[in-house]
Amino acid sequence: MTTQTQTLPRVQSTSPAAIVFAVIAGVLLIGASGLAQASIMHDAAHDQRHAMAFPCH
Amino acid sequence: MFRTVLTSAVFAGLGAGLCAALFQFQFVIPLLLEGELYETGARVHFAVEGSTQSLSQTPPLGTDWARHGMTVAFNFVSYTGFAFLLLAGMSLAALRGHPITPRSGLVWGLCGFLAVQLAPAFGLPPELPGTIAAEVVPRQIWWAGTILASGAGIALIAFGNSLLPLAGAVLIAVPHLVGAPVLDTYFGIAPPELSALFATRSLGAAAVGWTILGYLAGFFHSRLAEEGDAATA
Repeated sequence: MTTQTQTLPRVQSTSPAAIVFAVIAGVLLIGASGLAQASIMHDAAHDQRHAMAFPCH
Repeated sequence: MFRTVLTSAVFAGLGAGLCAALFQFQFVIPLLLEGELYETGARVHFAVEGSTQSLSQTPPLGTDWARHGMTVAFNFVSYTGFAFLLLAGMSLAALRGHPITPRSGLVWGLCGFLAVQLAPAFGLPPELPGTIAAEVVPRQIWWAGTILASGAGIALIAFGNSLLPLAGAVLIAVPHLVGAPVLDTYFGIAPPELSALFATRSLGAAAVGWTILGYLAGFFHSRLAEEGDAATA
């Protein structure tokens, strides 16, 4: 029963909608942690931004 | 399928973010705190008169747990965000017949490091606090543009046919030929040795984070997809 899944290369198919969702989620998270200039975001993320080489201030 | 991408991105982001944060606290944040001593003037390296000398000693991490907690939290956010983008690319490749595995994830993570960390740092080096640099918005635009061009360029080299890999190489070079926004004056107040070590250490920490991120993204995605198949079978 399991031989087929073990011998064939497994190709998982992700729906295009899930890919679009992942891109949007990624961009939003990076925007918040790396780019948002509101001072409360900037101060909280400051050390991480420097350590990750985001353009900080 | 939403759940597989969402769960594997969050797990990989948490794992890589935690490892990157630990690495940063050991190797990067102490240099950052040392740089702040020059930013505030607590230490002076370039004396107006006399020799350029200063103490080479990192300050302790201290007990500002809120500040360090935020650093850990934002590492989670950043690496989870990167995991989503990485998994979007890996899923696109999977649609073209390239399975998602921990081993392929490792390659994706290394290429992510090249596109997101090394390529922008080629024009905008990681900066100690207190570094005077060009306006932040043009730098952010160049940074984001360089990541997009480098990521697209690497993808063209990896997946393109005939002349597309060549176009990919050109695309990677373009942001650097255009040039990052820079000032026409040096303002550095920290010792050059400290700035250099900070730059290499932060790139090294990012390389660790991205390598782990790619591996974990491939690991969790292949595990969860298998479980999903087993559940629906």
